[in-house]
Amino acid sequence: MNRRLRGLLHKEFLQVLRDPSSIAIAFLMPAFLLLLFGYGVSMDASNVPLGLVVEQPSAEAESFVGVFQQSRYFAPRRFPDRASAQQALGAGQVDGVVVLSGDFAARLQGAGGAPIQLIVNGVNANSARLLQGYVEGAWRNWLERELDARARPLGQPVMLQSRIWYNPGLRSRNYLVPGLVAINMTLVGALLTALVMAREWERGTLEAMLVTPVSMREVLIGKVLPYFVLGMGGMALSVAMALWLFEVPLRGSFWVLTACSALFLLVALGMGLLISVTARNQFVAGMVAIIATFLPAFLLSGMLFDINSMPTVVQWVTHLVAARYFVAILQTLFLAGDVWGVILPNALALLLMALLFLGLARRRMHKRLE
Amino acid sequence: MSAPVLETTALSKSFRLPGRLAPALREVSLRVPAGVVTGLIGPDGAGKTTLMRLAAGLLLPDSGAIRVLGYDASRESMAVQSRIGYMPQRFGLYDDLTVQENLDLYADLQNVPPASRPTRYDELLNMTGLGRFTRRLAGQLSGGMKQKLGLACTLVRSPRLLLLDEPTVGVDPVSRRELWHIVYRLVEQEGVSVLLSTAYLDEAERCAEVILLHQGRVVGHDRPAAFSEPLRGRSFSVHQPGVLPRRLQTRLARLPGVLDATVQGEAVRLVMRQPAAPLLEESDLATARCEAVPPRFEDGFIDLLRGDTEMQPGLQPAPHNITSSQAIRVTGLTRRFGDFVAVREVSFQVSAGEVFGLLGANGAGKTTTFRMLCGLLPISGGELSVAGVDLRQAPAKARARIGYMSQKFSLYGNLTVRQNLEFFGQAYGLRGARRRTRLQWALGELDLAAFAGAPSGDLPLGYKQRLALACALMHEPDILFLDEPTSGVDPLARREFWSHINALADAGVAVLVTTHFMEEAEYCDRLAIMAAGEILALGTPAEVKARALGPQARSATMEAAFIALIESREAA
Repeated sequence: MNRRLRGLLHKEFLQVLRDPSSIAIAFLMPAFLLLLFGYGVSMDASNVPLGLVVEQPSAEAESFVGVFQQSRYFAPRRFPDRASAQQALGAGQVDGVVVLSGDFAARLQGAGGAPIQLIVNGVNANSARLLQGYVEGAWRNWLERELDARARPLGQPVMLQSRIWYNPGLRSRNYLVPGLVAINMTLVGALLTALVMAREWERGTLEAMLVTPVSMREVLIGKVLPYFVLGMGGMALSVAMALWLFEVPLRGSFWVLTACSALFLLVALGMGLLISVTARNQFVAGMVAIIATFLPAFLLSGMLFDINSMPTVVQWVTHLVAARYFVAILQTLFLAGDVWGVILPNALALLLMALLFLGLARRRMHKRLE
Repeated sequence: MSAPVLETTALSKSFRLPGRLAPALREVSLRVPAGVVTGLIGPDGAGKTTLMRLAAGLLLPDSGAIRVLGYDASRESMAVQSRIGYMPQRFGLYDDLTVQENLDLYADLQNVPPASRPTRYDELLNMTGLGRFTRRLAGQLSGGMKQKLGLACTLVRSPRLLLLDEPTVGVDPVSRRELWHIVYRLVEQEGVSVLLSTAYLDEAERCAEVILLHQGRVVGHDRPAAFSEPLRGRSFSVHQPGVLPRRLQTRLARLPGVLDATVQGEAVRLVMRQPAAPLLEESDLATARCEAVPPRFEDGFIDLLRGDTEMQPGLQPAPHNITSSQAIRVTGLTRRFGDFVAVREVSFQVSAGEVFGLLGANGAGKTTTFRMLCGLLPISGGELSVAGVDLRQAPAKARARIGYMSQKFSLYGNLTVRQNLEFFGQAYGLRGARRRTRLQWALGELDLAAFAGAPSGDLPLGYKQRLALACALMHEPDILFLDEPTSGVDPLARREFWSHINALADAGVAVLVTTHFMEEAEYCDRLAIMAAGEILALGTPAEVKARALGPQARSATMEAAFIALIESREAA
């Protein structure tokens, strides 16, 4: 390695070591996000406050209500009549109300079947759908048990037997935490790199450096290499926390994970450098990096929200978001395994984007101040 | 004479700004000789930095050619860059690296072989006096030490041509003098050629040759003495006992045939249009004594710039009636930032109608003192009253009587001149007819009417300064705070600005001004010299000089007084 490059790398290493904000962005923020999403944010419903109205108590009605009381998904509350339950729903004390009408037990024996009423607070569409699904599931379970106990054959000719693969417990943590690896690497690769490079412009250090016989290739490698190492460190931290703290399984190969992460980090570094070359100011570079890389990685990568359920136009836009390809790889590697049909096309997309952004950054950076 | 180290032919360079093209250099042709110090002198915006950057290969010319050490600076920039040393305005130091690490980095970047480093480091550290501080972070050095470290970093590989972009601006006079010693040593012992840009006209006389840049054009290129030569017999010093030099200056500037009048010590320096002494016949000038003095470089510069234009008349503000004679009273003022004491036990008073100067280098505590006086920064200790009001009890009441012009003129660049004036008028609570009258006054008296609809960001620096002053004066404040008001503007704009200040003071306004231009201290009625947060001396310019240099110091410069004060403080 030549002397100039070694000098640049040494300088960058010292700066990272002495600048607490670099360490904070590279390690503290990822750890914070992981803890927040691992423990705080959950897409699962549990202890949902549910109102129960039994208009005419009976053995059957009590047995049905018992299902809710035993379930960990619900925190049921009894109401004497429909009106008071609806009031509680309006006041937000319960998220839904199940009503068993007065003739529940009688109609259960009859041919037409016994209807139950479910009223759901639909303000939050997502939790409303979850609640609806859970109540229906509970109802079906109870019905099967009842029929079994009475040794009567099930009236339905077709039966649904569902099996959930890859994430049988439907733990949202299992797909959120792998996706966070992509977010964390975006932080180091794009945000931190854009900031440190813009700082060199802002403080005039780059001007002094450019007048030395250093080549632009050396300047570029002198920036990419240290933050690549830092980013891989952040990735190792994220994966370690995922595996051992949140007990997310890793079903694919660790080496494939490392290789794909390295590829994604190059894309992020390319974006970060490109931003800083254009912005040349820490504040603008930071804002652009957050809006152009960090937020899309959060919202449009499929890490939080399913891409297939987005409007078509937004789905097209997601193809421009590098994190989208990496999140697909991450979720596959962690939960499914080395599925090459998913990994290879996504890795190819990452490779192309890495070449594009690093190439553009290299072209835009020349030894001039304009 | 040997070949020039830098040669330009019809060199032009413009910068693209939103909506227009700003020319920085227009058809510049010059030759910088080898083996001497050449000064590149001009106000901000003259094109000094652009020329330096073109020479260093950091910018490409629009047209024309620039050759450095025989290489084309735009096409063979690598060859140029491995032979020159270039120190940009902000020194290019890494604040979070130590002195030694900064040196190592630049030695690596310059490919200096490790074997030859120790001797070179020793030389540089001796030369700059930084030997004791090799393990200190560059960010914790004083302004003067940063400047010397920046210089050392550009010298790790002995360059043939050294480009220094405003190395002395805002640095204390002691460090400035030391920098010049280093530069001379390099020229004599290592045969380095130096091109040094500066906004301080008094530094011109230290150069072997001077290139005078103004608005992107070379207006003069010669030995410094040659600039003042034509003015022989046209420079005079006028002294009138018992008359405030500032008033005498205003009076003399109105005499026929006077090209320039500046306060210097207890006298006023005059430059005449013709080689003839001024006519001091009128009765009020009967006691004035006039003597011929040798011309200075600055006189020549003014002569070149002013041409036939007349001196701008000063403002004619309405008289102010300040009830309290002590407009500003500061006792034991202290400000700490953590362990660091930025301002320590500072006490002074400013009366109505007085111009009071705070003089010091960057980091001396001037701006911190200022912010406390304006109520922008809470004080850590001491007492402070402005316009008879304790700032801690009624800051809003005090602020309504203060006009504040901040460093770098905080104007809204994308608002027009008129909109800026209206905004500041509104901010100070002016309404209806009064606001309209004040607006007309500002546009008329400060000669801004021609630019009323122009975005203030596009104005030349001198006009920005005028506009900033107009904004601060919209509500006719009794007290005016000016923080580095003349930094970077050309000498004509500076003179005009000071004539406005004088007029305001004569109308009864108390003016507090900070500056790092030593000669501007002469324009103040009283001043305080600050260093490291403390006042070293306080009094009239003559008193301060006498205090620093003894009674024979009447004709000495303020800079010499400043240096003596700092040295005696360090010796103590």
